[in-house]
Amino acid sequence: MGLGAYVAVSAALFGLGIVCILVRRNVLYVLMGIEMILNAANINFVAFNRFGANELDGRMFAIFTIILAAAEAAVALAIVLNVFHLFNSVKPSEADLLRE
Amino acid sequence: MAFFELNSGTSYGLLLAVPLIPLFGYALQIAFRKRLPYGDKILTAGMFAVMCITVFMAMRMILAEAPVFLESRAKGYVFNWLYSVLPDAATVENMGVGILYDPLGAAMLAVVGIVSFCVHLFSIGYMHGDKRYNIFFANISLFTFAMLGLVLADSILFLFIFWELMGLMSYLLIGHFAHDDGNPYFHRWASWASKKAFMTTRVGDVCLLVGMLMFYQHFGTFQFTELWARAQEAVAANGGEFPAWMTVAGLFIFGGTVGKSAQFPLHIWLPDAMAGPTPVSAMIHAATMVAAGVFLLGRTFPLMSPEALTVITIIGTTTALFAATIGMTAYDLKAVLAWSTISQLGFMVAAVGLGGVVAGMFHMVTHAFFKACLFLSAGSVIHGCHHEQDMRRMGGLRRQMPVTFACMFICTLAIAGVPYFSGFYSKDAILLSGWAGILGDHFDGWKVYATVGLSVAATMTAFYMFRMVFITFFGTYRGEIAEGHGHGHDDHHDDHHHEEIVHAEDGGIAHGHPGPMPHESPLPMTAALVVLAFFGFFAGDFPFTDLRFWDIYHPQTWFESLASLDTLYPNVSSWLDGRFAHSQAIHDAAHSRAFYGSVFVIAPLGIFLGWLLYMRRKEWPAKITGGLGLIYHTVRDRYYVDEFVNAAVIKPTMACAGLLKLIDERIVDGLVLLVGRINKFLGFFSAAFDRIVVDGLVNFVGLASQTFGAVSRLLQTGRIQQYAAFAVAGGLLVAAWLILS
Repeated sequence: MGLGAYVAVSAALFGLGIVCILVRRNVLYVLMGIEMILNAANINFVAFNRFGANELDGRMFAIFTIILAAAEAAVALAIVLNVFHLFNSVKPSEADLLRE
Repeated sequence: MAFFELNSGTSYGLLLAVPLIPLFGYALQIAFRKRLPYGDKILTAGMFAVMCITVFMAMRMILAEAPVFLESRAKGYVFNWLYSVLPDAATVENMGVGILYDPLGAAMLAVVGIVSFCVHLFSIGYMHGDKRYNIFFANISLFTFAMLGLVLADSILFLFIFWELMGLMSYLLIGHFAHDDGNPYFHRWASWASKKAFMTTRVGDVCLLVGMLMFYQHFGTFQFTELWARAQEAVAANGGEFPAWMTVAGLFIFGGTVGKSAQFPLHIWLPDAMAGPTPVSAMIHAATMVAAGVFLLGRTFPLMSPEALTVITIIGTTTALFAATIGMTAYDLKAVLAWSTISQLGFMVAAVGLGGVVAGMFHMVTHAFFKACLFLSAGSVIHGCHHEQDMRRMGGLRRQMPVTFACMFICTLAIAGVPYFSGFYSKDAILLSGWAGILGDHFDGWKVYATVGLSVAATMTAFYMFRMVFITFFGTYRGEIAEGHGHGHDDHHDDHHHEEIVHAEDGGIAHGHPGPMPHESPLPMTAALVVLAFFGFFAGDFPFTDLRFWDIYHPQTWFESLASLDTLYPNVSSWLDGRFAHSQAIHDAAHSRAFYGSVFVIAPLGIFLGWLLYMRRKEWPAKITGGLGLIYHTVRDRYYVDEFVNAAVIKPTMACAGLLKLIDERIVDGLVLLVGRINKFLGFFSAAFDRIVVDGLVNFVGLASQTFGAVSRLLQTGRIQQYAAFAVAGGLLVAAWLILS
């Protein structure tokens, strides 16, 4: 299997993540979409590392991203909790205060 | 006899104070009005100071060994006031004002100081209870200031400025009663007379302005001394003959005198000027207004060509004669004096024309004293007779008003030309100028007319003045005496001051009303009379000078020892001496039998006729006037000059003004209205353009941005997913562009 297969999987995962963010009506799915995009990036890091210079840089970035994603998920869940308090809902279409 | 040396260093300060004191008094009185306590006394005290200064300085000059001729300009004392518009420093200097103090000015200042002080003093009593008492005092102070400034000015420009100020003040003072609503007769008469005086003298003022500017055009200066010198140069350059333009310009300057000094034909304002309060008449007739015209002739005498002097003599003589005839027919006490003033002014003007400028100025000085005294005495009589002015309703007043009678009698003797009284010396000096013209080398027919005419006028003067005295002070009292008043009435006569005085049918004389017997006036008034009568007696002949008082055959008066062509016009005196060759001719004439005969016949003849007609044969005047018929009526109605002026000048002017008014109303107003209509029409279009095009553009811009905002607002939903979709779409577009390009 060559690099193209990895990149194709990564691209598919990225596309699915985007679609998940744009269309899902629950904010938790939106978060899941974000996770999918991050993991698509991780696949790219690891794949380019394996077929590229073959040093540890890519893998290090992948691990770093996973840690970042964990932290991000914690912050995001806190925001979701606050949004739920404010709007009594977790639908992103209902939290439209940015309009103002 | 040099008791004092005229120290010029201190003199200028004193001279400057002379006009400034009355000016300051005026400002003070106007600023505080009725809140100024004792305003009248303060102003009178100021005039007393002015009198003391002027008399002191005049005495110094009389007693000095040689009269001085001071020009502050020569010492660099010039007040330059007009800088911004003038091209160079010389012109600024020329327009500036300095002080000219010479024998003529010294004598004139003393006259103005004394007369003005007496008038102030007299007014305290006479104007008591007047509604505009304070304004009156302020105005006569400013009037005095104007005359003092005129006498001291060293340039004809400033003489003209003060001259105009005097015209204004005479207008305000003659019209003093025009504000008195409680007095319908004076109310109308005063406002009419003040307008008449102002506009008649204005004709002369314009002439003076034209003459002044003609001299400036040719000589380039306003200074008197400069003008005299330039006149001499211009005549020398023209081969000893006066250029024609100088005759014209000289006559224009004389036009100013004709207006101000009430010479024929502009004399018509002076008889009506008595509409003002009597002290004002005294000021106008003696010290200020009419003296200014003669004074102007004295200052501009070297500029006058022989032709101009001929005209001046003829007009002066004519005025003297014709005013004297009218004076013989008048029955209004003040009118007699007014016509006599015009007549005496004719004497002065004719004297200047005959070359006897010193005699003319001398007569101006002596006349100022006795005429002021006569007018104030008349005021005292009118005051005592409850504002009766008709002599026919007086009579026998010498018993009730002894002080007034004595003063008036002294001054009547003076004006009649009785020896030892001041008028004798000055009038004979004038007649002597005439005889010198006849007997000297420069004989002319008009000099005979002048001499004979003036002699006849002098006789008439003696006649009508004694006629006045006999009618007023002798015989029995002919006025109505109201019952129940008795004699202790001094307190309440002021109440009558402003009661109605009706316009009488017989000759337009103001009549009083029945009151108690006439009485003597209070002290300040009689004090003023006595001071003026003193000068009326002595002004021709101060005993302090080295004149031999007993020797009237060799009249060498203080004025003639002070003022001569040498001292009046020092820088051109030799030229003037050559022109007039006067001294020898006057010396010859003074010893001629013709002169003696005329001198000693004139006054006694007039007095005798007066005594005959009004004391001895009282039925004769009626017979004579009846016999003269039309001639008498012509004279009594002032030769119909007023009617002629009315028909020839005022009516056409009014018709012209009516026509102009019509043109104004019809054509000018029509044009203005037309322009207005056109503008309104154009404005309609302009408004439509504004409304449709300009407003439309503005509204379109607003609408466009509103629409755009509404559309772009749709994008801002606040939904995060939508924003993210835009971001993704944008990223895809960028990627597509990067890939495809």
